[in-house]
Amino acid sequence: MDELLLRSLTPSVLTVLVRRGADFAAAEDAVQDALVEALRVWTDDMPRDPKGWLITVAWRRFLDATRADAARRRRENRVEEEPSPEPVPAVDDTLQLYFLCAHPSLTPASAVALTLRAVGGLTTRQIAEAYLVPEATMAQRISRAKRTVSGVRFDRPGDVATVLRVLYLVFNEGYSGDIDLAAEAVRLTRQLAARVDHPEAAGLLALILLHQARRAARTAPDGSLVPLAEQDRGRWDTALIAEGVGILQAALARDRLGEFQAQAAIAALHADAPTAEETDWVQIVEWYDELAALTDNPVVLLNRAVAVGEADGPRAGLAALAGLDAALPRHTAAAAYLHERAGDLTTAARLYAEAAHKASNLAERDHLTRQAARLNAG
Amino acid sequence: MAKYLLLKHYRGAPAPVNDVPMDQWSPQEVAAHMWYMSDFAARLEKTGEFVDGQALAPEGAWVRYDGEGRPPVTDGPFAETKDLVAGWMVIDVDSYERAVELAGELSAAPGAGGEPIHEWLEVRPFLTAPPTITE
Repeated sequence: MDELLLRSLTPSVLTVLVRRGADFAAAEDAVQDALVEALRVWTDDMPRDPKGWLITVAWRRFLDATRADAARRRRENRVEEEPSPEPVPAVDDTLQLYFLCAHPSLTPASAVALTLRAVGGLTTRQIAEAYLVPEATMAQRISRAKRTVSGVRFDRPGDVATVLRVLYLVFNEGYSGDIDLAAEAVRLTRQLAARVDHPEAAGLLALILLHQARRAARTAPDGSLVPLAEQDRGRWDTALIAEGVGILQAALARDRLGEFQAQAAIAALHADAPTAEETDWVQIVEWYDELAALTDNPVVLLNRAVAVGEADGPRAGLAALAGLDAALPRHTAAAAYLHERAGDLTTAARLYAEAAHKASNLAERDHLTRQAARLNAG
Repeated sequence: MAKYLLLKHYRGAPAPVNDVPMDQWSPQEVAAHMWYMSDFAARLEKTGEFVDGQALAPEGAWVRYDGEGRPPVTDGPFAETKDLVAGWMVIDVDSYERAVELAGELSAAPGAGGEPIHEWLEVRPFLTAPPTITE
């Protein structure tokens, strides 16, 4: 069975139910039931019309649930009020789903979970596994999210920026599990960029394609992280790079720069260098300056200081770093690296060990510990 | 989201405000405490923040490798001075502030006299997976 095909049908099946008058939360539950059913019974052969099958099963589930609900309300002696189906304007329904699932009233984690389920067609179990929480917890997170957006009209355009942030999170903070969240983020962002005319949607797509291109080179066979400078560039995916660069150039030509385009430009400059030594660090620093003007995220300035260290030498990098808050994440790691480049190995070793102690993730901690050990052994 | 461990100690934490050992509470007070703990977990499940909760027996032993072909060495029971973990809860929350807020609630579990124990709980962040985009 082609699970990806099944999942790609989710948004259109869901919107058919909503267009027929089902409310979003109930329709979404019914579609999820139909997906789980399909995963169970489609094991050997697909129905000839998978979408029609899903719509039929989901609609039946919706009616069953509604009838059970109505019967219960009758038992409770309440007046039965069936909502009259409202005509929904013919806008792009998938896009509306994106807006709803990334609604600003949701917390980032809720928006991520709801997007993966209602737009991505993942089951609650798969999402729970991906984020390492129990299925019951994820089910509650999703149903709370649906309650939160239950009053949101389905026919109004939403905020593209919130959708982009959600997709960025799916890509950037995906854990590994059965489900490849990075690939899922690529798929959903492609789908979005095809539907919305927005240079930052193109910018985000370019950014994640350029990073996805390096994926095979990012991890050593033992699972450890390989830093950019040490990656085997022969293993980068040139087709993804070409696609990402093309999308970025078209977006930049529209002259409406945003954060994702600037970040993608930096990734494109790395992708363009045949070896780490040939990286155009001067241009990268310029892009960090652009990025710093677009966001007040201080991590940008930290990354800029490292880039300055490459462009103008480690002393200049350390000077740029000196002006920044030492409590910034990875500040100590950056200082360690720049001190090593400047030849002060004792300080570098001490700072690597300190940075390992402060690291917020395991791969980075292990990497920094190895750096400290390497210098201490030398 | 970020995962945090809320760690509860039999020994080794600073003394709580309501410092009467559990075996000297009334049965009703013990029951009220148990109910508070399970209700707390149930509420966290409803908010989509619960990951895991476990309690540990106080007994245990130190164990270490003792060389090729030899059985591991055990040493126990634990000395009375040892810092002793009683159990934990793992939560998955939006922020550090939320983790602290929840630990505060858990620390308010009722003890002797039905009053909050004001027990000290350790709050520890999990190390995460590395982000993909770091430059």
